[in-house]
Amino acid sequence: MTAAAAPDTRTLADFVIGMADNDLILAQQLGKLCGHGPNLETDIALTNISLDLFGQVRSCFQYAATLLGNGATEDTIAFLRKEHEYRNVLLVEQPSLDFGHIIVRQFLYDVFHHLLLERLQFSADETIAAIARKSIKETAYHVRFSADWLVRLGDGNDESRARAQAALDHLWPYADEWFLPTAVESAAAAAGIGADLPSLREPYQRKVAAVLREATLELPADTHFRKGGKQGIHTEHMGYILAEMQSMQRTYPGMQW
Amino acid sequence: MNEAQTTSLEEVFNRRIDAEEKIEPKDWMPEKYRKTHIRQISQHAHSEIVGMLPEGNWISRAPTLRRKVALLAKVQDEAGHGLYLYSAAETLGISRDELLDQLHDGTAKYSSIFNYPTLTWADIGAIGWLVDGAAIMNQVALINTSYGPYSRAMVRICKEESFHQRQGYEILMTLMKGTDEQRAMAQDALDRWWWPSLMMFGPRDDESPNTAQSMRWKLKRKSNDELRQAFVDQTVPQAELIGLRIPDPALCWNEERGHYDFGEIDWDEFRQVVQGNGPCNRERLEARRAAHRNGTWVREAALAHAAKQADRDSLRKAI
Repeated sequence: MTAAAAPDTRTLADFVIGMADNDLILAQQLGKLCGHGPNLETDIALTNISLDLFGQVRSCFQYAATLLGNGATEDTIAFLRKEHEYRNVLLVEQPSLDFGHIIVRQFLYDVFHHLLLERLQFSADETIAAIARKSIKETAYHVRFSADWLVRLGDGNDESRARAQAALDHLWPYADEWFLPTAVESAAAAAGIGADLPSLREPYQRKVAAVLREATLELPADTHFRKGGKQGIHTEHMGYILAEMQSMQRTYPGMQW
Repeated sequence: MNEAQTTSLEEVFNRRIDAEEKIEPKDWMPEKYRKTHIRQISQHAHSEIVGMLPEGNWISRAPTLRRKVALLAKVQDEAGHGLYLYSAAETLGISRDELLDQLHDGTAKYSSIFNYPTLTWADIGAIGWLVDGAAIMNQVALINTSYGPYSRAMVRICKEESFHQRQGYEILMTLMKGTDEQRAMAQDALDRWWWPSLMMFGPRDDESPNTAQSMRWKLKRKSNDELRQAFVDQTVPQAELIGLRIPDPALCWNEERGHYDFGEIDWDEFRQVVQGNGPCNRERLEARRAAHRNGTWVREAALAHAAKQADRDSLRKAI
């Protein structure tokens, strides 16, 4: 198959930003948990994941800033957009209701993230490929951590199983949006820069099912999948996440920190 | 063991300490040495994990990605310090669960400095510069303390703390190079954190009862007042260098002593905060209790799962 012509700079920047927005919002949510975990070991591990994701965000946004020019920086991209300009999936903005929700949200994202990076390491865009190659090792650890914990919770005791199942019932409807390409993602995929997202659905569901079997958890039947984040139409949680994250940049515009 | 045998063991023990030998977990030690070390090491561990809270308060609002990552990594380092220190305390025959119970029921202490609130971003700079700076003064001396596991934990902790201190100072330096509003924010943070930082060295020497014994065991190598003086002498020029004013009208260089003279600490405030009446004592303790309480089912699930796995493993071996 011949790759389509390379997308214009703006499309490429949008593609990179949209991809990293998932990491940004999830990392922000995990960062907030620091110091409040069930024990020091999980606190340290979740903080590590948050740090890895922020690291990936910075690589992506720094690249996007060079593409955008015009005074853009990693921080203007991270902190100074309006809510509808963030393109993260709805899953990552869902609240950290308990450790069960934190682990299920993480697991559902990690499995997708890892499959995506497996493809992006062969991206026709060298910078994206390099970022993916570096990130994939970190993300492999994230999958291991969240899958292990999901098994521990599901196959733990009655309470933990009930909590893990409740979290899964609550969050599974958000675990399909990432396979539906936007126009930007389709253009990137056609040019060999992005991934063919619908083709990730089958391996994703296989991996999730294998871990859920071990965790003795079940997927809810007749799921109506939610979507909209990638179009910038978020859930009510998003406004609060951004209000907090952006507060310094909004209160003190244009200053160096 | 009779009294004479204990006395001779204690003499040998004291000679080892005098000879700068390290005491290791399996060595004989006087009961008081063990208890004092459990108290001090666990207080230190508690300070690390309670200390995560005031700084953690700004992770979600850090002004740039670079600052956010640095702060997150710093708070994570503190969790790591807590982990080594609890492990060091465990070598003395007490479990982490018991130590946490003591923290949560209020019988164990932690550093009072963490009962002050972090109100602005500049407070994150002030904590790194002043609080980590004051902690290093205490901790560098502890690298040579007599108890091996504590001494070794200190080597690593001190390296990380001195990095944190530079990072905090750099936050304030950046603010002082910024706008009027940013300079005012930095000065306000120093105004609020200066005196609590001096209180970190504890009561005056004439009111510090444990000093002689602690000196003998090298749990302390300099007195509270000596360390406080060293901290003031080190910090004043750093403040001046970036244009910050120390909030103490009595502060002046004493040529004769070769040290700064400084004003009197508000010892009533010091006692109030130690007794639980500081601005955030209740919030800090409640945050720790809530984390522990909300995590109970998670810890129980992990144990239940591990037990199931062990059963399955032994079944597999039996087949």
